[in-house]
Amino acid sequence: MTALLQHPGYDEERLKGVAEKLPCREVQAGMLLSLMGQPHQYSYPSIFIYGHRASGKSHVMHVLMKELELSHATVSCVECVSIALLFEQVLLSFFGCDAASLLPRSPSLSDFVRVYRQQCSQSPAKQTRYIVMEKAELLRDTDASLLSALLRLQELVEDNVTVILLSEIAWDKFRPNTGCFEPLLLHFPDYSKSELQQILSQNVHPSYSAGFYSAYINILLGVFYSVCRDLRELRHLAALNFSKFCEPLAEGKVKETDTHKLWKHIEPHLKKAMQTVYLREVSSLQWEQMQQMEEEEAGALRGLSAHTHVELPYYSKFLLIAAYLASYNPARTDKRFFLKHHGKIRKTNFLKKNEKTSNHLLGPKPFPLDRLLAIFYSVVDSRVAPTASIFSQISSLVTLQLLAQVSHDDQLDAPKYKCAVSLDFICAIARTVNFDIVKYLYDFL
Amino acid sequence: MLKLTCFPTFSHFAVDSHIIMSKRKARDAHLPVGECIKQVQQILRERFCERRLPDRLEGVEAQYKHLLELLRRTAIHGESNSVLIVGPRGAGKTTLLQCVLRDLQKEEKVQKNLLQVHLNGLLQTDDRIALKEITRQLHLENVVGDKVFGSFAENLAFLLEALKKGNRSSSCPVLFVLDEFDLFAHHKNQTLLYNLFDVSQSAQAPIAVVGVTCRLDVLELLEKRVKSRFSHRQIHLLSSLNFTQYLERVWTQLSLPDSFPDKKFAQEWNAGVKTLCEDKSVEEVLQRHFNSSKDFRSLHMLLMLCLSRVSVAKPTIKPADLLEASRMCFADTTANMLHGLSILELCLVIAMKHLNDVYEGEPFNLQMVHNEFKKFLHRKSNSMYNFEQPVVMKAFEHLQQLELIRPVDGSSAKVQREYQLMRLTLDHSQIMEALQKYPQCPTDIKQWAMSAFG
Ligand SMILES: Nc1ncnc2c1ncn2[C@@H]1O[C@H](COP(=O)(O)OP(=O)(O)OP(=O)(O)O)[C@@H](O)[C@H]1O
Ligand SMILES: Nc1ncnc2c1ncn2[C@@H]1O[C@H](COP(=O)(O)OP(=O)(O)O)[C@@H](O)[C@H]1O
Ligand SMILES: [Mg+2]
Ligand SMILES: [Mg+2]
Repeated sequence: MTALLQHPGYDEERLKGVAEKLPCREVQAGMLLSLMGQPHQYSYPSIFIYGHRASGKSHVMHVLMKELELSHATVSCVECVSIALLFEQVLLSFFGCDAASLLPRSPSLSDFVRVYRQQCSQSPAKQTRYIVMEKAELLRDTDASLLSALLRLQELVEDNVTVILLSEIAWDKFRPNTGCFEPLLLHFPDYSKSELQQILSQNVHPSYSAGFYSAYINILLGVFYSVCRDLRELRHLAALNFSKFCEPLAEGKVKETDTHKLWKHIEPHLKKAMQTVYLREVSSLQWEQMQQMEEEEAGALRGLSAHTHVELPYYSKFLLIAAYLASYNPARTDKRFFLKHHGKIRKTNFLKKNEKTSNHLLGPKPFPLDRLLAIFYSVVDSRVAPTASIFSQISSLVTLQLLAQVSHDDQLDAPKYKCAVSLDFICAIARTVNFDIVKYLYDFL
Repeated sequence: MLKLTCFPTFSHFAVDSHIIMSKRKARDAHLPVGECIKQVQQILRERFCERRLPDRLEGVEAQYKHLLELLRRTAIHGESNSVLIVGPRGAGKTTLLQCVLRDLQKEEKVQKNLLQVHLNGLLQTDDRIALKEITRQLHLENVVGDKVFGSFAENLAFLLEALKKGNRSSSCPVLFVLDEFDLFAHHKNQTLLYNLFDVSQSAQAPIAVVGVTCRLDVLELLEKRVKSRFSHRQIHLLSSLNFTQYLERVWTQLSLPDSFPDKKFAQEWNAGVKTLCEDKSVEEVLQRHFNSSKDFRSLHMLLMLCLSRVSVAKPTIKPADLLEASRMCFADTTANMLHGLSILELCLVIAMKHLNDVYEGEPFNLQMVHNEFKKFLHRKSNSMYNFEQPVVMKAFEHLQQLELIRPVDGSSAKVQREYQLMRLTLDHSQIMEALQKYPQCPTDIKQWAMSAFG
């Protein structure tokens, strides 16, 4: 805490307020303040802050800027779809809307710097101005010189201005080929488990004791910490599952202090939440509803992703099966699988020397249409529809993204396809038409 | 007649506040420590943030003379010329030019005579924008009005002609400065460069073109017709500094000027800096920096980090400060990011490392990585990390977002996500180091990472 309180030039009361709002980030905030220096002094032209998602980068900047009332412009590179928007926001924040309106219609960097300098000579900075760029990695995708120019904006506009870039990608991946003004690098380390515990425990529910809530957070972290350290996500999960945790308490079955019983009650729920909420397969609202009607249909919980809802016509299912087989079996094994009287051939007979990797690791291979049709006719036996309707079904499978068309420039007239569904999915489809697909897959022979 | 004001080159360099201050105060004023530290911060920050021209240039006397002479000939005798200043980033190219211009401006003959146009490749990203900026800086917007020109050359000629008007028989010499010169070579047809060099060579009007660039191969970027019009004068700023000189530079960069208001404090500070530079551990650290870069900019960054640790409670720079600052400069940013991965993500990285070893750097896809990971779990009969495919997929995507893995070029968007070919952007040693630092890394995972085969 003391690191934060000794910064001459800033109001002490306000610094205290900052310290309170930034648990576990005192060191970083203190470091930043000492780099920024007193408000009227020059601050380093550009500072690059990097760290994992939700490591408090935006939060710290926001609290510092707001609490200490520093002159700043915060720009999110996601929202600024055009650089015009970016320039406008900066000028607006520093010099008011008149300044922003001085920009021509599609402004260049040159225009921006010209307007900035002109405004700045009219109202010179008495204090350092800050431009905070969120999600700075997106700057790389725009005009190549934008990033380089921002890094040395202080030199270009001749003003006491500092550009602070926030990103979750390391600086090494930003540096342009011919180099640039190197920013100061500041790392925000990920929160440790105990720090997460401390921060999350602050959101204690008013009608429960701090110890009880903290025990809950402890259990939550036990389940999720190995896959997810994102504070924002964890906070969301914590809020979502707390009422379930309190259930036995409300029913009077256990006491607040009986952590073990509470753990036993909540753990399976949290595990289930990992499958669904964490993966965003269901929305938080759905999850809450599902928890209510829980026992009745436990089975319907899983896999609510779009794929499971696809209802395919009978032949399309076989087409897809045929496509899957064509994608994952080597063409030379087709005879073995689909010729009626092939005699007994073992896998070793067509195992090539270097063929160790299974096709299910490498992914689907493209196949020509005639091969697909040959396999299709042999798996579907008897009742076959006219070929014309088969073609239209193929194209609708492509539209549904279950088949992917691979275009080869050299063979314009002979399109190739790939099957784009997973093994689980195709097995489920095959089951509905009573086709044992695994028997026909080379990898599982 | 046109009123020609020169481009305000130096307005940005902060007012010499401490000097004014010293004149106001008595000779041997004693200031409270708080005030002294404030002054120290102010002066040194201006220096390290590169907002102030140095009073004296170090180690570039020859280049300074050369450039000064060249520009003086243009300013006074109206000789046209072109020159390139070439040197690594932060070596002092811009500073050299600015100092020459500052000193040139002191000569009375030059003051009224020389016009300046400053362009920067980062800002004037095409020749249309550049021309607009030239017009503006020459204050000719009104003269041009909404005239339409047939070509760039015509337009430029008009501008230079416009400067002639009035009672002069010959036009004012104009200095064109092109910072980040190499970027202008990427403009369509190199029209601006061609025309400027053409004017400078054919003596249509007295102009000097000064290009500033960090690319040593800059001439190869020029088209033949452009290159042939360039004078081929180059001023190189390649530092031949040795370590003793480097140490001296550290000392001068950190020391306070004589004009510091509190003489006694300044003396003590400067003595403190001297002792700092003589410290063995400091010397070792500086040697490392010297070996990686000798330019001013990276030294300034190091010293800025030291300066930020100076406060009223600790009014000197201690060796520990420099060590800490150096640690920050040399921090491996990628390793820092690896530290924050979840254990699942870390396991995937290890699996990728093994795949890289086995298949000698061939790209891989998620299925292969997951399979490798499952093999490990199977061997250890470890069920703790048995995650479902979608959870693994999410972790994999996070790695991609962090750019720790990168899709192979040309592997099209049509491929299912789990089969998209990827490459690891980390090397072996980075992974191993990250593992050592990883908080509470399970031993079997460490062993798995270290084993020769997946
Ligand atoms: N000869 C010198 N003596 C003292 N200080 C110098 C000298 N040359 C440069 N410096 C200092 O080094 C810093 C960087 O110099 P400058 O900005 O001129 O580099 P540059 O070569 O233009 O870099 P870039 O290629 O990035 O534009 C400046 O702060 C300047 O004050
Ligand atoms: N030290 C902290 N104390 C309290 N809340 C924090 C802390 N760090 C982050 N948060 C919260 O976590 C969320 C994510 O932080 P944010 O700063 O947006 O992360 P990012 O690093 O991705 O910018 C925010 O809602 C913020 O309020
Ligand atoms: Mg953020
Ligand atoms: Mg420069």
